[in-house]
Amino acid sequence: MLPQVLASGLSAGSIYALMALALVITYKTTEVPNFAQGDMAMVSAFIAYMFLTDFETGFIFAFGVALVFAFLLGVGFEGLLLRRMRKPTHLNLIIMTLGFTLALFGFAGWKWGADQRHFPFPISANEVIRFGSVSISTLSVATILIAGILMLLVFVFFRFTKLGVAMQATQQDPIAARINGVPARAVVGLTFGISSVIGTVAALLTAPLITLDPTLMWDALLKGFAAAVLGGLNTPVGAVLGGYLLGVIENLFGAYVSVEFKSVVAFLIIVIVLWFKPSGLFGRHHERKV
Amino acid sequence: MIEPTRDHYQDIRLFTARGSWIKLILLLVVLVSLPLLLPGYRVFTLNYMAVFVIVGLGMNVLVGYTGQVSLGHAGFLAIGAYTMVLLMTRLAVPFPLALVMAGFVSAFFGFLLGLPALRLAGPYLAIATLGFGLAVTQIIAHSALFGGHMGLVVPDATVGPFPLSGDVSKYYVIVGITFVLALGVRNLSVTRVGRAFRAISDSEIAAATMGVDVAYYKTLSFAVSAALTGVAGGLLALMTGFISPGVFTFTLSLMFLAMVVFGGLGSITGAVLGSIVMGYLNLEMDAFQELPVLGPALEGFSERFMSTVGLPNFGWVVTGMLIVFTILIEPRGLYGLWIRALDTTKRSKSTDADLSRSGPGAD
Repeated sequence: MLPQVLASGLSAGSIYALMALALVITYKTTEVPNFAQGDMAMVSAFIAYMFLTDFETGFIFAFGVALVFAFLLGVGFEGLLLRRMRKPTHLNLIIMTLGFTLALFGFAGWKWGADQRHFPFPISANEVIRFGSVSISTLSVATILIAGILMLLVFVFFRFTKLGVAMQATQQDPIAARINGVPARAVVGLTFGISSVIGTVAALLTAPLITLDPTLMWDALLKGFAAAVLGGLNTPVGAVLGGYLLGVIENLFGAYVSVEFKSVVAFLIIVIVLWFKPSGLFGRHHERKV
Repeated sequence: MIEPTRDHYQDIRLFTARGSWIKLILLLVVLVSLPLLLPGYRVFTLNYMAVFVIVGLGMNVLVGYTGQVSLGHAGFLAIGAYTMVLLMTRLAVPFPLALVMAGFVSAFFGFLLGLPALRLAGPYLAIATLGFGLAVTQIIAHSALFGGHMGLVVPDATVGPFPLSGDVSKYYVIVGITFVLALGVRNLSVTRVGRAFRAISDSEIAAATMGVDVAYYKTLSFAVSAALTGVAGGLLALMTGFISPGVFTFTLSLMFLAMVVFGGLGSITGAVLGSIVMGYLNLEMDAFQELPVLGPALEGFSERFMSTVGLPNFGWVVTGMLIVFTILIEPRGLYGLWIRALDTTKRSKSTDADLSRSGPGAD
């Protein structure tokens, strides 16, 4: 039973890890938890759905359009709303992400309705692959692989490309980065674009697993935050590990304690981590200067 | 809000200006006579808006005074509603006592949740409350004690010998409580506690330097806010007669935040106005269709481009956009617009007045 639980934990954890990574990238840059992350991804998934069903395009084209849309949505959100605020205090920035998420949620409900829809996907959630005693759906295998490869690419990008290093520099100190010739404003916009794309991949992998409706990413958003708090809000690697850990813990809880209260685990983890190690398992505490 | 020229006793006085008494009596007369003038079904709307006003007062204490965000106030509303109903059905506790208990139980949960999250600077409370709100509805939906997805029927309530049947008698109870709570919050805002709250919202570090116990006051404000929302939850159960987990959603929590942002953070009048507007919007989600010119135009747009009939979920778009544009244009909301209008009219009368307003006590 245990290997089976671990396998499903890893698959669910992949989604949480993607969401956590998306949240942490923007949090590190702006110190704003982007509560619109989930609904931005949800609307992008609906764009893919629209191309697949209304325009009957192929999967690659539809998903490509959704990712491009997600990128533009992220850049636009930062450039047209977050940056244009009169008083960009932390409180106002958080409220802005919440207003945006509510507007997106309403828009999706207006355009596509609140009914649950079947999301067409090239990989089946019902076909099962067996590894010894563990049976796992092809969709779960694909989720683990796609999420893993994407996160690897993101880390390579941040570590080894000039742009990635510029983004890291901006995260550490925007003013110093600008003095050294980094176009900090463009970089912040780009960060939101990339983060939105990562979130959308998570949404495209979630939609075939459950059904597509405007609440698609509520759960994933909470799990992403829980994973990020667990691993450390300031450490992308920690947040990803937190995602996998959360997936496994949650499935262990579901298997041995209670299936019905499985989704309460994320909340309990947030509270427990805040009590005992607020910087997260892998993070260092960050002192704010006056 | 706080003028440096007044002393402490002037600050805590309930009625500051000579005209206050007259305004207050006028307001009371209007509130008492409203249900007699309006058609019956409108009284239900009024009750609903009054419940929203109480939540708005609570959100104002938290967001407006200490600058913390909660995304889980629907959870406290649920705790208040279920506490009251369970006490009344299981233990036969009379309604007034059950309502008070609803406030206390809610405050207790607020205290437990605020304790770890509020020791830390940053967005931790917002994240923790996001989980809290979703967890509360999950637990309610899956427990037999709380009636699960099917919900609970609220028993008939009596105040002393008077049975509360019909919207009008409930109106007097709900609006009466709302009125008293509004005065209470107004009074709180000018006491030592209220000043500590506001010092924290201006700058936590400066407040701590001045000897304000930041973690204590932040947790206190959160508990007060939860208590008010718990009472509102009990009153919501009273007026609707039925509660189920489907009522207390994440979007409702966001709606609560929208009320105080739109009305004006830190201002009681603003919070009340914002809550009235948003409460109406929330209840009459499809009222847009009935607008004279805009309604049909929107419906036409909806059919042409959104391929749906009517305007489903359009209220959420409006609510979200109201938050976005408030923050973009005037972060202090309606209250801020009012202050700006006052400033402009004053400036046109005399430019000297500006000098006294631009001191450290402005805002």
